[in-house]
Amino acid sequence: MSKQPERIFIKGNEAIARGALAARCKCFFGYPITPQNDIPEFMSSAMIKAGGDFVQAESEVAAANMLLGAGAAGIRAMTSSSSPGMSLKQEAISYMAGSEVPAVVVNMNRGGPGLGDIGPAQGDYYQSTRGGGHGDYRHFTFGPGTVQEAYDLTIRAFDIAFEHRTPVLILGDAILGQMKEPITPWEPEGVDDEAGRDWAISGRTGGRDKRLIKSLFLAEGELAGQNKHLQAKYDSWTDLAECEQFETQDAELVICAYGSIGRIAKSAVRKFRKEGKKVGLFRPITLYPFPSADLKKLAEEGKRFLTIEHNLGQMVDDVRLAVRTICDSEFFPIYPGNLPTPDELEAPILACLEGK
Amino acid sequence: MSRIEVREDRCKGCLLCTTVCPVDIIVQSDRFNVSGYKVAEVPAELKEKCTGCASCAMICPDVAITVYKTPKKKGGK
Amino acid sequence: MTEMNEKLVFDKPESVIDRATHYCPGCHHGIAHRLVGELLDEMQLTEKSLLIGSIGCSVFLYNYLNVDAVEAPHGRAPAVGTGVKRARPDNFVFTYQGDGDLASIGMAEIMHAANRGEKISVVFVNNTVYGMTGGQMAPTTLIGQKTTTSPAGRCVAHEGAPIRMAEIIASLGGVAYAARGSLDCVKNIRAAKKHIKKAFECQVNATGFGFVELLSGCPTNWKMTPVQANERIQKEMIPYFPLGVFKDISEEGGIC
Repeated sequence: MSKQPERIFIKGNEAIARGALAARCKCFFGYPITPQNDIPEFMSSAMIKAGGDFVQAESEVAAANMLLGAGAAGIRAMTSSSSPGMSLKQEAISYMAGSEVPAVVVNMNRGGPGLGDIGPAQGDYYQSTRGGGHGDYRHFTFGPGTVQEAYDLTIRAFDIAFEHRTPVLILGDAILGQMKEPITPWEPEGVDDEAGRDWAISGRTGGRDKRLIKSLFLAEGELAGQNKHLQAKYDSWTDLAECEQFETQDAELVICAYGSIGRIAKSAVRKFRKEGKKVGLFRPITLYPFPSADLKKLAEEGKRFLTIEHNLGQMVDDVRLAVRTICDSEFFPIYPGNLPTPDELEAPILACLEGK
Repeated sequence: MSRIEVREDRCKGCLLCTTVCPVDIIVQSDRFNVSGYKVAEVPAELKEKCTGCASCAMICPDVAITVYKTPKKKGGK
Repeated sequence: MTEMNEKLVFDKPESVIDRATHYCPGCHHGIAHRLVGELLDEMQLTEKSLLIGSIGCSVFLYNYLNVDAVEAPHGRAPAVGTGVKRARPDNFVFTYQGDGDLASIGMAEIMHAANRGEKISVVFVNNTVYGMTGGQMAPTTLIGQKTTTSPAGRCVAHEGAPIRMAEIIASLGGVAYAARGSLDCVKNIRAAKKHIKKAFECQVNATGFGFVELLSGCPTNWKMTPVQANERIQKEMIPYFPLGVFKDISEEGGIC
């Protein structure tokens, strides 16, 4: 990694677009929806300058299917959207998972259900971590908490996508997308632009055998075999789970929160620490695979847990699954439509601490 | 003499070939192939009438017909 | 008796894989496949070709053509084709779609790919019915035609009128070529091949989007013999879906 010295002051949306550019993304397929519009706007000229291509699709359905095409052709490609648009992209994501097509998808989560609002929310956690479309599948999901991390994880996302032939989701929210922060951009070294040379559709040049990228398996036992193969791949990701632990070592109470909420919770933890209260933060960076092993370790050390999410309780299921043989987790919801502040998190954290 | 070869394992007995033959020599045989279709054939006594026009092959949905054409020799057959 | 000077004048095209198809007797998909295969061979496109498969009976085309292929979700082949072509502009990219796929669930994708003038080719097989799912009404089902979901016959007041895709596609800006052929008789099959060739040439010459609709028989779901089905194309389909070229910019001096 060759770190460039300069610092730039940009929005999370732009950081993701620039991260993709650094990762040598060559095609972008977009469709307007708030709060992610900066990404297609940036990419509309950046992709052309990079010698790639940009298409404003007729719908999120089409954009995701264009991504399926570019990924099947072995090219680094991306699409981005926000919650209502993500529902429409699930069709192609399921096909990409089934036919093992690498691609990067960005969701700047907004309030729901339905049209919801255009503010931040984490209501798409289930959709993002359970396989949001039809069929038994999962995909890699990152939950960046800062603008720098959004940049870094976008670069990682392309590597994971091609290494494991899977769609990778970057799950941010309206806070991350719209917030400006200084970041240090960097360029990854050794990106392989032809990473799909052994499997991608590229034409039978030289008379090689034909290649077929598909998710239809009708012969007896074939689909079971494919599902087994996919499951083994998902299982192999366990070791790739990542988290940030802040002040957890001697903590009595560990706050579990991801993305923007993880960051807000971190401010609250700092404040409590100044007051001598033993509170820590566990922030998953990969939402799938979920960093269960690290969490279980904390449970084994006798810590208690409070999960805080910008929804009515979704990631808390994963927290409880991780610690289920040892303890449980409390839960505090921040309702979509509200913008939480560190102060607002103090009362529930304090209540939990004192409820010892 | 021009002639056609019907790949009987591919023929589905749809008989579209019988509708386009300009000399009307293709008929359904009494034979069933492995898939249970009664295949098309040119009876031995009609074979020499084939003109090699390839219409039958052109309309065959199963690419089951191969056509060989023999240019007419001088002074007739 | 084999004569020494005989010439092979008709054989399976090289790019068509030598295997039996899953299609019903008299189904015209096989003819359409063969025409596409012959043209890929003649135009030397086989090694460059990337096929975008669709959903319906035609889903297995990728088993019959010896080219690289990707399977698109129902109706999305033009979007997937857009992505493939933008990713690999030097390859020859074509979709092969039925009427349920293209003219119903995939209407948005086909219209916009055509309107953008994507440099892809589309072979559209219109047999007025959803074949693989068992004969339900399609957007191209003719007035009065009985299907499993229009048991009393399609009625304009209730189901609307059948959609004429070739004419609609011809009206869009990015389209270089739009035509309708038929696979019911030798003369029409020869003409259909010329249409497909023209559509393919639009991509090879990068002039724009090429579209060919092929009127085809589905004897099984029409509950007819193959011979009756071909007669129906002549008597009922062609009068409603006229054959011909609806747009050809090579005749108009190019696209701006």
